[in-house]
Amino acid sequence: MLNLEGLHLRAALFRSIRSFFHNENFLEVDTPVRQPVLIPECNIVPIRAGSLFLQTSPEQCMKRLLARGCRRIFQICPCFRANEQGRQHLEEFTMLEWYRVDSDYQDLMTDCEKLLRHVFLELSGPRQTRQPIFGSRLGTMFLDEPWERLSVGESFEKLSPVTLKTAMLENRFDEIIVEHIEPHLGISRPTFLYDYPAECASLACLKPGDECLAERFELYIDGLELANGFSELTNPDEQRRRFLKELELLQPEHGEMMLPERFLEELGGIEKAAGIAFGLDRLLMLLLSEESIDEVVSFSAADW
Amino acid sequence: MFSASDLRKGLKIVLDGEPHIIADFQFSKPGKGQALYRCKLKNMITGSQFTNTYRSNDKFEKADLEQRKMQYLYNQGDEYHFMDTDNYEQLFLTQEQLGTNINYLVDNMEVEVLFFGTRPIDISLPIFVNLLVTQADPWARGDTSGTDTKPITVETNYKLQVPPFVEEGDKIQIDTRTGEYVTRVKE
Repeated sequence: MLNLEGLHLRAALFRSIRSFFHNENFLEVDTPVRQPVLIPECNIVPIRAGSLFLQTSPEQCMKRLLARGCRRIFQICPCFRANEQGRQHLEEFTMLEWYRVDSDYQDLMTDCEKLLRHVFLELSGPRQTRQPIFGSRLGTMFLDEPWERLSVGESFEKLSPVTLKTAMLENRFDEIIVEHIEPHLGISRPTFLYDYPAECASLACLKPGDECLAERFELYIDGLELANGFSELTNPDEQRRRFLKELELLQPEHGEMMLPERFLEELGGIEKAAGIAFGLDRLLMLLLSEESIDEVVSFSAADW
Repeated sequence: MFSASDLRKGLKIVLDGEPHIIADFQFSKPGKGQALYRCKLKNMITGSQFTNTYRSNDKFEKADLEQRKMQYLYNQGDEYHFMDTDNYEQLFLTQEQLGTNINYLVDNMEVEVLFFGTRPIDISLPIFVNLLVTQADPWARGDTSGTDTKPITVETNYKLQVPPFVEEGDKIQIDTRTGEYVTRVKE
């Protein structure tokens, strides 16, 4: 639960993010929180609201807006995911997503660097002093330096006890990431972990020249995963094939799920685009130096 | 049965046929990956601790644990004997199983015995117990040595620090969670 000072800091963060995107000519949009059909993702269980679902991400609506002619859009909104509770997870959390046409995942990495520098400078006062802001876990992490870019392949070579190939075969990819790789990411400066195995990216486009990899990345700071972005897959046929594969993997708790047909129909209307989802509560954990995500929201499950 | 999403700190489950308590728990889920449930577990019989990671489709048997009110009778060497006051059934736990609890056991004391199935594995004591002081050095009034506690021994042979005014023959209350002196009691 946030105290009065914390509420002010949270508001200042949101204000600063909005000012960044307005300066960069992004249009702020708001899309329905309740949706009749979701993008099927086998590892994300939605929460039902009557006959509808609460959004697990605004992704499908925002891409449909790109198809409608929007070029740069952003949104700050609540997202809901069942059974996700822990020190870094809330069932209801606040997401920042932005999408841009004629762009790829490299452009999003640059956006992340610019966005966080803007936020840090705006919240931490004059540029010369560069004091750590709030109770920051970031310490003196030097935000102007180029951030680390580490491919998933390199990270396994450096940090994993087994090869990437073995990890994929034995279904241990996520376990290795959590136990052996994440704790070392974003320690002296933020890290972009990029080029995920194609299997780990249902909505990302594959890397030209190496179809085993997808143009997807995650941003880590101080071992904490903050954002997931990718070059968007815009081929509706390929997307439908991947969705059907995903449907087969759904858990019983997903219940029956349909394909988002309108989304698939309109996807072909986007030429090239990239989009990213950024967890704002997690960013606030870093700024406030909190180990538990419950401490950076106005009300958590423990406050009822 | 519990599923992985039920795992919480304090939950008691059966692993390899023995009851375990989750001493620490962390939910993790790397970007769009599968949920991982990382647990620090403590074997409730041996006390040994280890960590393990579970996934959403893992299932766990609930530890069938039951507490029964019993009376402590006596000890014979390493064995501490208890009796169910309803059916006069007797059983014993070993010193190793009881750990520091033996510091507070006096004849006829009522305790809760914890059973895993039919097997007694532990006891829980009242939070406060009153024990007789069997050895204490006299308090020299006006002692200005500056120490504000002194060592004494109670009827179970447990030794602890108490305020200087406690004397041999007094009854004192001890907090069984910390093993510390609480107050002197008049009976």
